[in-house]
Amino acid sequence: MIFTSAGFIAAVIILAVLYYLLPKKAQWPLLLIASIGFYFAADKRYLIFISVTFLAAYICTILMGRIDLKTKAYIDLNKDKITKEQKKEVKGRAKTRKRIFLIIGLIIALGILCVTKYTNFVIDNINLLLKDGSKIRDLNIIVPAAISYYTFQTCSYVIDVYRGKTTPQKNPFKLMLFVSFFPLLVQGPICRYDDLAPTLFGEHKLLEKNISTGLTRIIWGYFKKVVVANRIAPAVIALTGDTNTYKGTFVFVAMLFYAFDLYCDFTGGIDITIGISKVLGVDVKENFNLPYFSKNIKEYWNRWHISMGTWFTDYIFYPVSVCTPMLKLSKWSREHLGQKIGKRVTVYLASLLVWFTTGLWHGPAWNFIVWGLMNYVVIMVSQELEPLYAKFHGKFKVKDKSLYGIFEIVRTILLMSMIRMFDCYRNVPLTFKMIGTMFTKVNLKIFWNGSLLGIGLTAADYIVLAVSFVIILTVSIIKNKRGHVISDNAFTLRYSLLALLFTVIIVFGAYGTGYDMTQFIYNQF
Amino acid sequence: MKKKIIGLILILIFLTGGLWFLQRLLMPKYQGKIVEGAMIEEYYKETEGHDVLFIGDCEVYENFSTMTLWEEYGITSYIRGSSQQLIWQSYYLLEETLKYEKPKVVVFNVLSLKYNKPQKEAYNRMTLDGMKWSMSKVNDIKASMTEDEDFIDYVFPILRYHSRWQELTSDDLKFLFEKEPVTVNGYYLRTDIMPQGEFPDPMPLDDYAFGENAMMYLDKMTALCKDEGIELILIKAPIEYPYWYPEWDEQVSSYAEENGLTYINMIPLSEEIGLDMSHDTYDAGLHLNVYGAEKLASYFGQYLVDNYGLEDHRNDPKYTKIYEEKIMLYNKMIEEMNNITEEE
Amino acid sequence: MEELIKILKDLHPDVDFDTCETLIDDKILDSFDIVSVISEINEEFDVVIPAEEIIPENFNSAKALYALIKKIEDED
Repeated sequence: MIFTSAGFIAAVIILAVLYYLLPKKAQWPLLLIASIGFYFAADKRYLIFISVTFLAAYICTILMGRIDLKTKAYIDLNKDKITKEQKKEVKGRAKTRKRIFLIIGLIIALGILCVTKYTNFVIDNINLLLKDGSKIRDLNIIVPAAISYYTFQTCSYVIDVYRGKTTPQKNPFKLMLFVSFFPLLVQGPICRYDDLAPTLFGEHKLLEKNISTGLTRIIWGYFKKVVVANRIAPAVIALTGDTNTYKGTFVFVAMLFYAFDLYCDFTGGIDITIGISKVLGVDVKENFNLPYFSKNIKEYWNRWHISMGTWFTDYIFYPVSVCTPMLKLSKWSREHLGQKIGKRVTVYLASLLVWFTTGLWHGPAWNFIVWGLMNYVVIMVSQELEPLYAKFHGKFKVKDKSLYGIFEIVRTILLMSMIRMFDCYRNVPLTFKMIGTMFTKVNLKIFWNGSLLGIGLTAADYIVLAVSFVIILTVSIIKNKRGHVISDNAFTLRYSLLALLFTVIIVFGAYGTGYDMTQFIYNQF
Repeated sequence: MKKKIIGLILILIFLTGGLWFLQRLLMPKYQGKIVEGAMIEEYYKETEGHDVLFIGDCEVYENFSTMTLWEEYGITSYIRGSSQQLIWQSYYLLEETLKYEKPKVVVFNVLSLKYNKPQKEAYNRMTLDGMKWSMSKVNDIKASMTEDEDFIDYVFPILRYHSRWQELTSDDLKFLFEKEPVTVNGYYLRTDIMPQGEFPDPMPLDDYAFGENAMMYLDKMTALCKDEGIELILIKAPIEYPYWYPEWDEQVSSYAEENGLTYINMIPLSEEIGLDMSHDTYDAGLHLNVYGAEKLASYFGQYLVDNYGLEDHRNDPKYTKIYEEKIMLYNKMIEEMNNITEEE
Repeated sequence: MEELIKILKDLHPDVDFDTCETLIDDKILDSFDIVSVISEINEEFDVVIPAEEIIPENFNSAKALYALIKKIEDED
C-alpha cells in the first residue's frame, strides 16, 4: 500500500464518502473491510500472517480475561471468609495461569515477526562462521508489509490485558480492525488499545472540523513527502552508493540531505496517516513533536517516533528494570561496587537491551543494531556528563540565552544525523570509515565546483528544496510558538493555502515519468 | 455557513482554473525541433471532408504530398499520421475520423503490422494526447498503454508533464492556446537532401508471422471499412529500411486476396514512380523529402483517379478558397525550410 | 514519607517534591529516574513496584507514589 498511488487516493476518497453516507453503526465494519481490502490488494499472502497474529491475540486475551473474571468472582463470593494470604495466593495463581497465555500470544506474534523478517539475517550470520562449502542458503520468505508495526501494536494489547490495564475485546471483528487499521499499516504509529479503541469503534458524525484538520494534515504530509523527500532521496542514494567518489565533505552533505529526507518522508507519512484517520473521525496520537527543535538526545527521543520510544520504555525497559533478578542485581552491585556504580548497573543494562532491540526492530542488519547501540552510547555519555554540564551552567549563565539554545539544537541535529548514517551505507565498517572522512578529507570546493549538480539534482531542484525548507521551518516555528499553525476559524485562509499547496505538489512534486526530451525524438530504431 | 460554501466554491474554481492553465503551460507544444506530437490535433481544424484518408506511421505522413494530390488531380485528402503509429492506434483514429466525415478511400501503410504489443510511452503520448476525448480515445489508450503507464496520466496530462516546469521556454507561453501548423493536411514536408547510402543487411527473424493482436486490428479495420462502404487500400511505402521481409509481404498479399482488398507494395515501383534516392530523401533513404513526396503523390494520385473514380474538386467553390490558402501555407513552409537549410 | 522524599531529592535536589504534582507530565522525572527510584524503594521499603504500576498517576507526585508503596505493602 503506497500513499502516493492514484489507486490508493481514489479508494480513500470513496471510502470517506461511503463512511458518512452509511448509518453510523456501519462505520467501523466498513473500516475493517477497507483495511482488509487494502492489505489484500498489496499482497494476498499478507493476510494469512496478520490473521494468525490477530487470532493468537484474540484467543489468548479472551482466555486471560476469563481467568480474571473467575478470580474476581471467586474473591467477591468469598469476600468475608477469605484471608489476605489466601487472596494473595489466588491472585498469584491466576497470574501464573494468565502468564501462560501471555507467553503463547507473544511467542506466536513475535515468532512470526522474527521468522519472516529475521531468518535470513540469522542464516547470514551463521554463515560467517561456516566454511564455504557448507554455507546455508537464504530462504525465500515474504515479509508482510508493516509487520513490525502491527506486531508490536498487537503485543502491547496482549500485555495490557495481562496487566489488567485493558479489558479484552470480545468482538473478534473489532479486534481485527485494531490490528489491521489501514492508515497505520504503512509506518505506524504504534497505538495503544486504550487510546485507539474508543475513537476507532466510535460513531462519527460528519464534522467540518475533522475534514478541515484532516485534509490539512494530509496535504501537508504529501507536500513533505512528494516535493521534498522524493526529490532528495535519489541524491542520497547516489552519494552513499559510490563511496569512492563521495568521501569527505560529500558525506557531510549526504548526512544533511538524509536528515531532511527522512524527516519529510517519515513525518510526512505520519501526517497522511493521522490526516486520513482524522477525516474518518479517528484520533491517532501524534508520533512526532518538532523533533529537530530538541536540545539534547534525551529530548530528541521524546519527540521523534514517540510511539516507538514509549513502547520500548513501557514493555521492555520498565519490566526488565524492575524484575526480581534485576532488583537483586542492583542490590548486589550497590553492595559490592559502591553506591555510585552500583545504582547505574541495572539502568545501563536495561538500556543496553532496549537500544539493542530498538536497533534490531528497525531492520535485520548489523547497521541498524549498531545504530541503536550508538544511540545508547551517546545517551549514556550525556547522562554521565550531566554533573559536568551542571557545573558549566553554574559558572556560565548561558542556559537561557537563545544563542546557546540554537547551539544546542544544531549540535543535536548534527549528532543524530551522524548516527543515522548507519541507515545509509552498506555495512558497519564502511559507515565508520565514511564518517571519519568527514573530518579527515574536508573538501569545501564541492559547494561551488558543480559536483553537487551531478547527483540527480538540478539547480532548479535545489531552489525548490531551499524554498520548501524555509516553508517547513516557518510552519514549525509558528507551531512551536502557537501550538497550531492555522486557527480553526480561518476557513478561507486554510482552504486557499491548501489549494496552493495542492498545486505546488502537482507541479513541483517529484513523481511520474519525468520529461526526457530525448525520448520524444522520433527515430525508428 | 453560506459564506463558507461560497468561499469554498470560489477556491475550487480558482484551483481548477489554475491547474487547467498550468496543464496547458506544461504540456509540450511540439513547435520546435520535435513536431510529431502536434500532428494529430491539427485534423480537427479541417472544415471540409476528404475523399482520401491516409492512416499510419511516418511512411505516410512524410511521403505523400497532399497538396500535389490537390493541385494535379483535385483530390481532397488528409493524412492522420503520427510517429510509430501502431495498428490499433490507426484503427481507433479511423474509427474516430468516421464520426466527422466519410472518405471514399482509406490508405493504410502496413509496416506497423510488425508491432504486436505496446511500444514506447513517448510515442504513445504523441499519438494520443492530441486526440479529442471519445470512446475511441479511451479504447486507444487502453490498447496502447505500456506497463508503467496509468490511465489517469492521460486524463490529467499535467501529472505526466509537470516536471517540464524546469524546461519551460517562451514557446510554452507563445503557443499556450494556439499552435502553428506543422503539416499541410497531415503531410509533413522537408526540403533538405541527404542521399540514400548503404543499408545494413536484413537480420533473419525467428518468427515472421504477424502477431495475433495486430492481425485482429487489421480485421477490425477491414470490417469497419466494409460496413461503411469505404475502399481500404493496403500499401507499403517505397522505403527500403526498416526491411520489409518477403515473408511479411506474402502475408499481406494473402490477406488482401482473402479479403478482397488491394495491396500495393511500392518498393519495387521506385523507378516507375520516378524516385531518385540520391536527391529525393532527406535522411539517407528513411523518408522522402518534398521532392520525393510530390513524385509519389503524383504517381499514386493517378492510380487513385484511374481506379477509384475520384472527383476533381478543383472547380468546386466549397474547396477552392480553402485549398488556395493551404497551397500558400505549403509554399511558405517550403520557403522557410529552404531558408533554414541555407542558414545551416 | 520522609525517606521517600530523601530518595527523590537525591536525584533532583532542586525540585520541591512536597508540592509538585506533575513530576511525569512536566518531564521532571525521566525513565532513568523512575527506575532508580524503584530500585531505591525496593531497598528502603522492601517493596516491589511491578511494571504495570509505572503509570503517570502513580508517579506524578511523591504523595501518589507513597500511596502506591503503602498499597503494595498492604497487599503483602
